[in-house]
Amino acid sequence: MNSSEVLIKAHGLTKKYNHLTAVDHIDFEVHKGECVGFLGPNGAGKTTTVRMIYCFLPVTEGELTVAGMNVSKQAREIKGMIGVSPQEDNLDPDFTVIKNLQVYASYFDIPKNKATERATELLKFFQLDEKRDVSIYQLSGGMKRRLIMARALINDPKILLLDEPTTGLDPQGRHIVWDEIRSLRKRGVTIILTTHYMDEAAALCDRILIIDNGKIITTGVPQELIRKFAGEDVLEVEYDEDVVKTLKTELPDAQVEVYGDQARVFIDEPHGVFERILKKFPDKNMTIRNANLEDVFLKLTGRKLRE
Amino acid sequence: MTRLKLPQLTYRVWTVWRRNFEVFKKTLFVNFLPALMEPILYLAAFGVGLGALITGTVEGGSYIQFIGPGLISIAVMYGSFFECTYASFVRMYFQKTFDAIIATPVSVEEVIAGELLWGATRAAINGSIVLAVVAAFGLVSSPLALLVPVLAFFGGLLFASLGMCFTALAPTIDFFNFPTFLFITPMFLLSGTFFPLTLLPGVLQTAALAVMPLAHVVDLTRGLFTGQMQSFLGLSAQVLVVYSVVWIAVVTLVFFVLAINLMKRKLIK
Repeated sequence: MNSSEVLIKAHGLTKKYNHLTAVDHIDFEVHKGECVGFLGPNGAGKTTTVRMIYCFLPVTEGELTVAGMNVSKQAREIKGMIGVSPQEDNLDPDFTVIKNLQVYASYFDIPKNKATERATELLKFFQLDEKRDVSIYQLSGGMKRRLIMARALINDPKILLLDEPTTGLDPQGRHIVWDEIRSLRKRGVTIILTTHYMDEAAALCDRILIIDNGKIITTGVPQELIRKFAGEDVLEVEYDEDVVKTLKTELPDAQVEVYGDQARVFIDEPHGVFERILKKFPDKNMTIRNANLEDVFLKLTGRKLRE
Repeated sequence: MTRLKLPQLTYRVWTVWRRNFEVFKKTLFVNFLPALMEPILYLAAFGVGLGALITGTVEGGSYIQFIGPGLISIAVMYGSFFECTYASFVRMYFQKTFDAIIATPVSVEEVIAGELLWGATRAAINGSIVLAVVAAFGLVSSPLALLVPVLAFFGGLLFASLGMCFTALAPTIDFFNFPTFLFITPMFLLSGTFFPLTLLPGVLQTAALAVMPLAHVVDLTRGLFTGQMQSFLGLSAQVLVVYSVVWIAVVTLVFFVLAINLMKRKLIK
């Protein structure tokens, strides 16, 4: 699905607010048809980066081009080919569902007939056609989220920017949004997705950029990142000093991490150890699971709470 | 001088104007009713009631004739000033409507210009409603009064631009209490609306003509009503017309540009 055509290119991209550096000299490329995840804790610089891509925030330093156009020079052309689903709900509460799409279409110079046609299609695609003439106030959180995504597609964008598209949704709502993102990927839409849900990034993205403190810490395909930073499997045992001691003697090379009341070991062949520990400490809760992106994420960004 | 940098605007300004117009159409009834009722109440209280106590003529007519243009000007001021303070602030801050529009090919400058032109349109609509009421009371004596909606639009653009500057500076919506009672209310009372400016001490007359936008709007509106301007402060009627027109044009232009630049600074960090 990915072609080699570079659609978005950042070089030394930096954003400063007074003395705060929100994005610190980052380089990345997004290829046509790719779905790229920006992963990072709160305040990492994900949203700021996205906002620079759609020309909402001016770039402080460095270079950022979209389809070969400079964001600070050809903002209008760039904005015309991008669809944005922002983090916060900025639907127009003065209008009904369909009118939200029609009015938004007018900002893109889409003629009224065509706008209505496209809006009707999108409402069907996002399973909102029954809510067509309803006020925004009567929509659930999940419906609003879907309407925001529908609105982002009104101009048939080449690039879709989804800033935390599933934050605050229930599991059903999340899966509907996921399905829709997958089907947009199939249609060849280039997508940038920010999220702090690891399973979301793993499920949807071709490639992930882990961002922290305004810098890209690492980038890669989800499965490769997991293998590289967390290994194949994780053994989790209820914390106990004797358990940790045993783990360390059994596995002198493996890394043992203690998180609260849990000891966690990243190993590739856990089964022999698992059985031996189980025999020695039969009353301890113990599980083996596949390593996931969350392990990678916590390993790379630490466990300190970000606010 | 970056605050006075001329903005680049395209026809897209009208897409923002049209958004507000669509909302206005939807709420037509609640928009029309107060605009219609208020001048009737004012004319009843000040014209019929208070006016009965005033036996002499005011600038050559009855008291109720005198306040007609004042009421129109007040409607112009309130319509545009409140549209571009409270209403714009709600759209900007609570509804995030501006953020949503800026993500499209419409620029931030065009969003604000559209808001300002909409504020001016509100003033023209409100002014026209009051004009109709005043005319229904038989208080219009010159066909020039047909130009009042045009004047209302430009007067409205002036108050919209002033209001938008306050919106750009307002940290919270409560902040608007300040310009309302320090700026709008004194003008409402002291701009030749309910009594001729000439009754004020000379210093205040000069001050009114120097810094009070409403004084100019009232003056010109009254001129269109009666077909003639009153001369005062030793200035002839013709000079006063030119002065007021130029004053409104220059101040509007300056604050229109300033409002856009201040809002841009507020919205784009």
